[in-house]
Amino acid sequence: MNGIHDLGGMHGMGPIDPEANEPVFHADWEKRAFALFAGTFVFAGYSVDEFRHEIEKMGHAAYLQHSYYEHWLVAYEEILHRNGFVTHDERLKRIAELEKEAA
Amino acid sequence: MATHKKETDPALRVKAIESILAEKGLIDPKALDAMVDLFENKIGPRNGARVVAKAWVDPAYRERLLTDATAAIKELGYSGLQGEDMVVLENTDEIHNVVVCTLCSCYPWPTLGLPPVWYKSAPYRSRVVADPRGVLKEFGVEVPETTEVRVWDTTAELRYLVLPKRPPGTEAMSEEQLAELVTRDSMIGTGLAKAA
Repeated sequence: MNGIHDLGGMHGMGPIDPEANEPVFHADWEKRAFALFAGTFVFAGYSVDEFRHEIEKMGHAAYLQHSYYEHWLVAYEEILHRNGFVTHDERLKRIAELEKEAA
Repeated sequence: MATHKKETDPALRVKAIESILAEKGLIDPKALDAMVDLFENKIGPRNGARVVAKAWVDPAYRERLLTDATAAIKELGYSGLQGEDMVVLENTDEIHNVVVCTLCSCYPWPTLGLPPVWYKSAPYRSRVVADPRGVLKEFGVEVPETTEVRVWDTTAELRYLVLPKRPPGTEAMSEEQLAELVTRDSMIGTGLAKAA
């Protein structure tokens, strides 16, 4: 499918701005988000293509506004819900509990 | 006027998923720790640098690398996830190769590790295919007009590694010393190997 992810040749995206001595991860949550891929795709029965497709279905503005591992979170949330491993209800309930703990 | 709901902190989103899956016995957080350690500390561009240095000192290896990169890279023990099918692109005086993944972030994990943020971001992905020389200048690389610049768009199935030019004056250096000159960016094509 075409969409915002098909970025080749598009204008107006700004400077590249490479970071010197960049760490592999920029936050602890990025580490968990990365490792969940290997942790979930076997039992949840999805392919890399399905994973990427979930990211490609994101709204155009959201795609550009959110970071790489936030894209991954969208894919986990959708696939795990669809395959019945973590429903949106379960997940939102847990987030509310975690927010309460953190407050 | 509608009020905007505050966005959930990504740290809580990932914690919610991980904790539910762990409670259901579907994942082992320790296995996730091991995966992080692997990519933070063990797999990275030093792997690719060893491939390049060997190709610089061993003409037979260089030949194998350019004809069947996947097998030649595996000889050094690097293979697997996101590096199942590899092609090596040799930089010469005539051709300078640069790699991108315009659609996403495909990158050869076993030889380079995980990609830097700029490689996965919109500015590089959009522009390097349209204005490669301009992008290379942003990285401080001036390619002579007489050298052709080739941009390779990676796919999910096939990953590229650039074999940078060996810097002049390095004839006496050992393979290990040469590997120190090979930067991550020189294997993407947005950099050159360091001068001796």
